[in-house]
Amino acid sequence: MAEALRLLLNGEEVAVAGLSPQTTLLEYLRERRRLTGTKEGCAEGDCGACTVIVAEPADDGGLDWHPINACIRLLPTLDGKAVFTVESLRLPDGGLHPVQEALVREHGAQCGFCTPGFVMSLFGLYKRAVPPSRADAEVALSGNLCRCTGYRPILAAAQTMTMLAPPDGWRGPGADAAGGRQVSAEERALALRLRRLARAGDVTYRHGAQTCHAPATLEALARCVADHPDARLLAGGTDLALRVTKQQQPLGDLIHTGRVAELQAIRRDDGGCSIGAAASLERAFAALDVDWPELREIWERFASVPIRRAGTLGGNVANASPIGDSMPALIALGAQIELRRGAATRRLALEDFYLAHPRTALQPGEFLVRILVPARAAGTVLRAYKLSRRHDQDIAAVALALRLDLDGARIVRARIGCGGVAATPRRAVAAERALAGRDWNQAAAQAAMDAIGAEFAPITDHRATADYRRRALERLVWRFWLQTDPARRGDLPLRVQDVTA
Amino acid sequence: MDPAAPPAPAIAGAALAHDSARLHVTGEAAYTDDLPEPRGTLYAALGCSPVAHGRLRGVDLAAVRAAADVVDAIVAADLPCANDVGPIVDDDPILAAGVVQFAGQPVCAVLARSLPAARAAARLARYDIEPLPAILTIDAARQAESWVLPPAHLARGDAAAALRRAPHRRSGTFASGGQDHFYLEGQVSLALPQEDGGMLLHCSTQHPGEVQHRVAAALGVAEHRVTVVCRRMGGGFGGKETQMSQFACIAALFARRSGCAVKLRLDRDDDMTMTGKRHAFRYDYDVGFDDEGRILGLDLTLSSRCGFSADLSGPINDRAMFHADNCYWLPDVALHSYRCRTHTVSDTAFRGFGGPQGMFAIEAVIDEIARTLGRDPLDVRRANLYGTSERNVTPYGMTIEDNVAPQLIDRLEQSSDYRARRRAIAQWNRASPVLKRGIALTPVKFGISFTATHYNQAGALLHLYSDGSLTLNHGGTEMGQGLFTKVAQVVAQELGVSLVRIGVSASDTSKVPNASPTAASSGSDLNGMAAQDAARKLKRVLARFAADRHGVGADAVVFADDEIRIGAQRLPFAELARAAYRARVPLSATGFYATPKIDYDRRTLTGRPFYYFAYGAAVAEVVVDTLTGETRLLAVDILHDAGTSLNPAIDRGQVEGGFLQGYGWLTMEALWWNDDGVLRTHSPSTYKIPTAREWPPRFAVEFFDRPNREETIHRSKAVGEPPLMLALSAFHAIRDALAGASPGGAAPPLDAPATPEAILRAIGALGDDPLPLPVAPP
Repeated sequence: MAEALRLLLNGEEVAVAGLSPQTTLLEYLRERRRLTGTKEGCAEGDCGACTVIVAEPADDGGLDWHPINACIRLLPTLDGKAVFTVESLRLPDGGLHPVQEALVREHGAQCGFCTPGFVMSLFGLYKRAVPPSRADAEVALSGNLCRCTGYRPILAAAQTMTMLAPPDGWRGPGADAAGGRQVSAEERALALRLRRLARAGDVTYRHGAQTCHAPATLEALARCVADHPDARLLAGGTDLALRVTKQQQPLGDLIHTGRVAELQAIRRDDGGCSIGAAASLERAFAALDVDWPELREIWERFASVPIRRAGTLGGNVANASPIGDSMPALIALGAQIELRRGAATRRLALEDFYLAHPRTALQPGEFLVRILVPARAAGTVLRAYKLSRRHDQDIAAVALALRLDLDGARIVRARIGCGGVAATPRRAVAAERALAGRDWNQAAAQAAMDAIGAEFAPITDHRATADYRRRALERLVWRFWLQTDPARRGDLPLRVQDVTA
Repeated sequence: MDPAAPPAPAIAGAALAHDSARLHVTGEAAYTDDLPEPRGTLYAALGCSPVAHGRLRGVDLAAVRAAADVVDAIVAADLPCANDVGPIVDDDPILAAGVVQFAGQPVCAVLARSLPAARAAARLARYDIEPLPAILTIDAARQAESWVLPPAHLARGDAAAALRRAPHRRSGTFASGGQDHFYLEGQVSLALPQEDGGMLLHCSTQHPGEVQHRVAAALGVAEHRVTVVCRRMGGGFGGKETQMSQFACIAALFARRSGCAVKLRLDRDDDMTMTGKRHAFRYDYDVGFDDEGRILGLDLTLSSRCGFSADLSGPINDRAMFHADNCYWLPDVALHSYRCRTHTVSDTAFRGFGGPQGMFAIEAVIDEIARTLGRDPLDVRRANLYGTSERNVTPYGMTIEDNVAPQLIDRLEQSSDYRARRRAIAQWNRASPVLKRGIALTPVKFGISFTATHYNQAGALLHLYSDGSLTLNHGGTEMGQGLFTKVAQVVAQELGVSLVRIGVSASDTSKVPNASPTAASSGSDLNGMAAQDAARKLKRVLARFAADRHGVGADAVVFADDEIRIGAQRLPFAELARAAYRARVPLSATGFYATPKIDYDRRTLTGRPFYYFAYGAAVAEVVVDTLTGETRLLAVDILHDAGTSLNPAIDRGQVEGGFLQGYGWLTMEALWWNDDGVLRTHSPSTYKIPTAREWPPRFAVEFFDRPNREETIHRSKAVGEPPLMLALSAFHAIRDALAGASPGGAAPPLDAPATPEAILRAIGALGDDPLPLPVAPP
């Protein structure tokens, strides 16, 4: 069944047909709808000038609001969803939304080009946290670049916007002063309209010779992948879309995974955590955070809120980048992945999935179903580090995750995941061996440092020299020791982010 | 004037919102790419050289022309005009001809029915290039004596003798990197063919007049046939002072060839690859000083990477020399400037225009002196400050008449609690083996005026309509800095009307001719004065008209509160306008301004290039991780001199934004070319400008609220560029932290940007034999 895509755009139902399935939302908004408030700053999801809000029905009858980057969002992934652009935010009486009003009062715009993106990211925050702290604002705005203001007035607006009279309807805050969820009648009505737009069964969107399949079940997905082995899997598209925006490449046929409920599922039990391959990064990280709070900084520094809401953990893992942020941590956690081909499934240790960049163990017709993370054992010590020029939304020059399973002082097992130091994400096997079976002390740390420094031959590129990568890897092992030394003085900050002004 | 009349409401000086603030936040503000396109608009894209230097033997466009939706494709040989857009020297080709001079240089241009089609087709061009050896670095260029312009030297006294006599002497080498403008809106031009060979261009530019001049030359028409309009830019920072010319010309030439409207908008990667950046510099110094750290003699060489052509490198490097004194008296000094020609993109204007690099040099030298003597760098800075009646002549022979640096530093030292914080930091560092804090106070003195004297002029045009509304136009451009707001405030103040009466209008070459670029921080100074002149002329005409009607002298007419008052009589401004119109009074005025006092000899690099100086100072505090090289800005205290601010809200935005932009330049914005000269940091995924987190958790931003001693517009001071250099405080705070980490308190040499890697290199943590690791105390 080939049909038009249907979505709610600024509250109005629109049908999209006659456009290639690799059309970005940004192109659609600007070129087809003349909604030019949404800007292109980079066409790669790194500057936030194109930020819009996507809303989907939530379990409580309201909507789940989240910012995304329109520049790298392909249209078929929006079927059945609501999109809100900056043009929709003005109040029905023509007045400014509190987010907009706060920005005006704080002088939060200079050239104004990035401003609509900030407005929409702030609106996403407005729907979540009342009133936001500066830390909330930093996280919410980590994907928005401003070259003019120095951000001070924008951060101020983030903290004063909730002091202004809240509007009615869907534009109102999504939370009350105590942080409780607030769902307006208008929001419920929007959710209902979206539920009516929802389709049952598989959907196929076709334009010219290009087809986008959107199967509804895991079975159908398995069949679809088997029937179309050359089609590309499309989840959040945060990486795939770059081939369109940066290289003008035809993507060919696509298989969108976003409608398969099983791929979204996250289950936790005594054995650990199972994360569906198409679960968003944000949801996956929230699930992992329960057992592994030490990883929070890595997750918070993973790209930006819009990317974490659009991108999937399965996508990050399967994309096999040597600098992917999730893999070193997942390797240290001992994660396995489940692959499926037709009716057959198999499991692999994550590190065994990566053969030689960009080659993985994935067979033709095979796809990633879920990521399995074992439960936490008593005595586990874990830290994960990412070194980059910028704290937020940067790509690691070096990433390192270290995990020790201790029995008293003795290291029963060590698992170390590394990124940025080889052509694929890697386990630091020699360093693990240097640690296993001995007591966790300074000599052990020194041994692990020596081993890890000799274990990899990183390259020099635009992010760092080989020398820095190797030395930094060693020195992060040292930081790990200083942080986890059982005899360490507890109040000594060891990371710049821990220092208070 | 009626002495009993209350003072006019102070619109000039009020902290009003940017004139487009509501349009910005609602997304209604239109940028060039947002304008409705005429029917049949075509789209251009560029094909570029894959190699840094080579003989261009041919370009095969067959696949380009055969690609879907392609309408036209051209190379240099197809140009009907001189192949040059160089603003000063004729060495900037529109499309490479005969030779390619950097990787990414445009070689061909493609026109297609859609933008994706144009960009896809541009990739299909095949180049026959015979590679030639490429000079990619300052060092290589110095060795090869490869210059875009001849070296320049400026000396006072006998630096060599002073160096020989000095009790202490240090020498060394350090460097600062380039910086991409990263305006959020990339380069874009929309060319619309007009009758009789004319062309209308909407172009994102700081210098519409330059675009007009270049496009007229490209089309072979008089300048009156070309109109260039720019309502606003999505950021400029110097990157749209000359860099738009090439793209505007290609759009116009395609529009001429096709008869259709043509848009050329670079995507981010092309923009960052094809347009110039802040100049990277290498500094070599030899300094002699006394026991207090007073500089006795200085020999300083500034070598910059200019790229393949001259562009604005001449005046930029001149300005670097003129700011190598910053706030300091250099009795015997020799400055040498080498303008290196490299096979990289031609570097250009960027906020500060060489000033930041000049200041970077002297601040690093002073810091080095302080570390050598074991003194607080602030004391050494103070010991070297210019005097007010002696020791007050710059190396280029200008007497400093307005030196407020000593008072400004005094005030900031107190308000920031610098000394107590320094002591607290030293104590903290003793207990912290891994993390080290640092603090620094650095001052800024920035010369205001274009060194190209003829640029220091401006025009304005003011229309009064019969309903009492006004349209204001002037030669300045709006790039977010709030110029249109400030100039409108000046006019509102002059006419005693509210700001809503004044409609600001797009920069337009058909309204104000020969306008200078909006650059050199001069926008408000020049255009504010020109607009005030226009408003005064209009006011005189209106006052005479009203006075005649009431049989009084013109000076009895008071303009205030949207009305005029003559004794006890009042007339709403709108009624005055209507009456004046009906009485056939001319309601349009032009204004003009030329900066007085400046007098500068470009040949000898001496005289008074600047009307006045803008000052400021900042205290920054940082923490550095000596294990990883990561840093974090913890606090900043800024005291900035904007004279009597025209708009403190807008000026504060310039101060804060400039500071963080400078912080980006000095700490994280690293440009990286591979060994083949290909820029690999050409988008925000690889080139990192500061995010919201970088704004420090603790900050205090104040103005040094003193009127400009020169007669500038409402005694304000230019504020666009100077605050960028306040960020040197953060760089020196990092150096201070590194001194805290080194046993003898000596700060190791540190290049900018101070990335984690640069910091580890500075502290000797890289290489085969790294220093021992810090150990946490038990």
